[in-house]
Amino acid sequence: MSGQVNRLEAGGLIDRSRPLEFSFDGRAYTGYAGDTLASALLANDVRLLGRSFKYHRPRGIFGAGSEEPNALVQLRSGSRHEPNLRATQVELYPGLEARSQNRWPSLAFDVGAVNNLVSRFLPAGFYYKTFMWPPSWWMRYEQGIRRAAGLGDPALEADPDRYDKRYAHCDVLVVGAGASGLAAAKSAARGGSRVFLADEHPRLGGGLLGERARIDGAPALDWVASVEAELEDRDNVRLLRRSSVFGYYDHNLIAIAERRADHLPVPGPKQSRQRLWLVRAQRVVLATGAIERPLVFAANDLPGVMLASAARSYVNQFAVRPGRRAVVFTNNDSAYTAAADLRDGGVDVALVLDSRPEGPAASQRRLLEEAGIECLTGHAVTKALGRGGVHGVEYGPLQNGDGTVAGMLHRAECDLLCVSGGWNPTVHLFSQSRGSLRYDPKRGAFLPASSPQAVSAAGAVAGAERLSECIASGLEQGAAAGGVAAGERAKVPDCEPDTEAATKPLWSVSVASAGKRFVDLQNDVTAEDIALAVRESYRSVEHLKRYTTLGMGTDQGRTSNVNGLAILAGLRGDEIPKVGTTTFRPPYTPVTLGTLAGREVGADFAPVRYTPMHSFHEAAGASFTTAGQWLRPECYRRPGESFIDAVNREAKAVREGVGLVDVSTLGKIDLQGRDVAAFLERVYCNRWANLKVGRCRYGIMLREDGFAFDDGTTTRIGEHRFYLTTTTARAAQVMSHLEYYAQVVWPEMEVFMTSVSDQWASMALAGPRSRDVLSRVVEGCDASNDGLPHLGYAEGTVVGAPVRLFRMTFSGELAYEIHTPADYGLAVWQALLDAGKDLAIVPYGTEAMTVLRIEKGHVVVGAEIDGRTTVEDLGFGRMLRQEGDYVGKRSLERPAFRDPNRPKLVGLVPSDGQTRIPRGAQIVADPSPSPPVPMLGHVSSQTYSPNLETPIALALVQAPYAELGRELYAASPLQEQTVKVVVSHPVFIDPEGHRPRG
Amino acid sequence: MLNIRCPWCGDRAQIEFSYGGDGSVQRPRDPEGVSSEEWFEFVYLRENAKGPHLELWHHSAGCRRWLLVRRDTVSHEIDDTWPAGVGPEGAAE
Repeated sequence: MSGQVNRLEAGGLIDRSRPLEFSFDGRAYTGYAGDTLASALLANDVRLLGRSFKYHRPRGIFGAGSEEPNALVQLRSGSRHEPNLRATQVELYPGLEARSQNRWPSLAFDVGAVNNLVSRFLPAGFYYKTFMWPPSWWMRYEQGIRRAAGLGDPALEADPDRYDKRYAHCDVLVVGAGASGLAAAKSAARGGSRVFLADEHPRLGGGLLGERARIDGAPALDWVASVEAELEDRDNVRLLRRSSVFGYYDHNLIAIAERRADHLPVPGPKQSRQRLWLVRAQRVVLATGAIERPLVFAANDLPGVMLASAARSYVNQFAVRPGRRAVVFTNNDSAYTAAADLRDGGVDVALVLDSRPEGPAASQRRLLEEAGIECLTGHAVTKALGRGGVHGVEYGPLQNGDGTVAGMLHRAECDLLCVSGGWNPTVHLFSQSRGSLRYDPKRGAFLPASSPQAVSAAGAVAGAERLSECIASGLEQGAAAGGVAAGERAKVPDCEPDTEAATKPLWSVSVASAGKRFVDLQNDVTAEDIALAVRESYRSVEHLKRYTTLGMGTDQGRTSNVNGLAILAGLRGDEIPKVGTTTFRPPYTPVTLGTLAGREVGADFAPVRYTPMHSFHEAAGASFTTAGQWLRPECYRRPGESFIDAVNREAKAVREGVGLVDVSTLGKIDLQGRDVAAFLERVYCNRWANLKVGRCRYGIMLREDGFAFDDGTTTRIGEHRFYLTTTTARAAQVMSHLEYYAQVVWPEMEVFMTSVSDQWASMALAGPRSRDVLSRVVEGCDASNDGLPHLGYAEGTVVGAPVRLFRMTFSGELAYEIHTPADYGLAVWQALLDAGKDLAIVPYGTEAMTVLRIEKGHVVVGAEIDGRTTVEDLGFGRMLRQEGDYVGKRSLERPAFRDPNRPKLVGLVPSDGQTRIPRGAQIVADPSPSPPVPMLGHVSSQTYSPNLETPIALALVQAPYAELGRELYAASPLQEQTVKVVVSHPVFIDPEGHRPRG
Repeated sequence: MLNIRCPWCGDRAQIEFSYGGDGSVQRPRDPEGVSSEEWFEFVYLRENAKGPHLELWHHSAGCRRWLLVRRDTVSHEIDDTWPAGVGPEGAAE
């Protein structure tokens, strides 16, 4: 198939020996290796690529790189479907499938185009104005708006590709591998610095790829090749091609998205599709170039209107004729070179219209004369003519400096209208570095001024226009960044052409009622929209941006920003620098979420922590719950058993016999040093100095504001050694908290601490028969009632493994905690179960553990210790040490803590003895009041007690309402349930505490 | 992401650290001896500095030491760091 009617016979950087088949909207085409999707479509004479965002106007290819506002396509299908890609950046690969977007039912016939006909009813901010009332309808409006004004569709299946991340450090990071970037990398590398050079294109050269410049008498691409070879050869240089630097963060952290496999049909085996680089650079040299600015006139969005530099790239780099007959409209000299290149590429250049009355420099004028192209100075295009594509232009003489055309209008036929409104330095990354910009009236552009970070700008982004100036600037900035002495710097080569742009700004062309003049092609913002916003007092550039969406598209206003704010300045009657710019933020170019996520997806999203006994739990059929990153067994269901039956069975077994629970997730801290006892007295609210070696004690920590923070038991293992346990939830926080007080507040105390949470497996053996089980397996210590009394500590062995035994209880039964080095955890666990087999020992999970602790009235972090309760509220007031300082003690004098209405921990039972008390219910005195309803407290924990055979709850209730026997109501409007309850003692089982001592 | 120089480990990325609040706040040595107003200030009141700011950071995914960092809240520049408990005053002594 020879459909490439616009392909030139020779030239370009494409490989004619490698034709590639591809499809667009289901039609088959052929391009060549080296093409982008945009150049291949142009070669095949496809000019209509999409419909615009808001008005659904036909749009074609406008640019040739990341600045492209129009030609957004969706690529691939199924799980690899990807929307909103710029056709100008999509490299052609065999079998590429692309589709247009934002059109229905088809690109040529789009129902949404009716928006264009009713567009005077869709002004700037129309969403805000039209869809205000009734407010409840907004959700419905929004759905319709989303469908009508949209980009592509997201993929609906999971992404099958892999993404990875790399962290790196370098001395000099150069962004952009055009003339100045290559020069900068070369000169920095010669000084021996570690240099990274990143560029978004598949090949180095930047703007030189699309031009026909000569350096030192040879084609510029020979110079590019020689610098590339030199850089490749050095082991202190890393070249990153197809790599978009999209983010400039604090302290010179640079984020780069490297597209490793997007130019392939699918990634290779074990190849990641994209890679996120996070590079900490000592210095950054931005050689990001400049992007040509469009001109604003009526119907300047028709397919066939194209940036002059882009048209030139299509001819020179891709050997594609972007049109048959062209008109060039410019306000500067650079477009003259483009016109000559187009003529040499077989485009009939009918006319050059130059808005500057004085016209171009002599050398540029000569270019046109040699090519036989007519040139009119002091003229402007007022309107692009045509439907669905450019068929001609209407133009006339400019009246004065403000862009008004008056007098006789003429017409010229063409199918390509090249526009050049000057150059916008690509300052996005410089701005992201929190660099300030300054307006240069000579160039009509914003240039980098100063940045708080170690960054410099080289070449066109710094305002250089001549090629020799770009290379000189690159050499200089590269050498400075690489610390190369002035005398050793490379010399600047001779360049040809070596011209300045000599831009004379022309911000918009106006002529009475000609049609829409687009400023932002991607978001369909017109010059009239800006005028409307100003009339409605959106005079700040930041307000203008948000009201009209100017520059808020995925192209970040690359082509629209400066024109927009210059038009705003004109309307306000201000100078452009007074209007200022909006701030550029990352990402410079859209980045797929997969790249940011990397490998941290699915099961790898976060680490999972398993206890040493996990394999037992799995084999025993446990169901698991997550506690932070831990997986804990919630219960062990037997075949045919329901969840609740299993929990009740386990909880009963502990009270009547014996059970074993995995508590390895508790935080464990080993504290040693001369001052540990004194330190503990300062971080806990209770006494420690009088704790004897070999004894355990329950303690509560406060925060400095006086509220309870964490609880747990601590054991004195030696005179100057304590073993502290924390709750599972607060393990990390408590460790940091203790380190803070030891290092920052009382550094004079001799305290050493280390977290040993992962080093010890822990299990609690609980129930009236627990001592029987323990004494069968433990060796090397006396586990009798006298040998290991309540709150006693002993060391011994179980099946040869060293164990720490703590006689303490969470369930309220006689119980022991057994800690053993993690690797022995499973063996000790199994030995205890084996030893208790004839006593019907059961493993129990977190659910039964919770039932048991609620029956016993034990408070826990997260339920009762919720950051709003004091030690007094929780009923532990007697624990508070009176003498000496400790964290939070001074705050206990707060008047609010003396409030007689403070909450008090109570138990609740339903009056009818059987209705479950709703989770999280509010406590009220009156079951059916009219609002506002006084809240007297809340339910903090609730369960069914299989041992009492009634539902029970713990609650925090205002003290005056907390007396035993009082009837209250637990109301849950969410569950539409109100239960009559009776206040009881919070300890439902063994309130005298005989069982653990028995 | 900030680059923080840990006095023990050298230059490290911010993800290794956790922020620990205003580093200029000192816990009163004798809490019983200060007025309720002074204690209230210590517990609750913090300056929202624009410019140089002394901060506490914890090298929580590193050496587990607390450190003092002087960071400019406008430019984010960190001009010096010290071991906490020593600090700029201690270092000067």
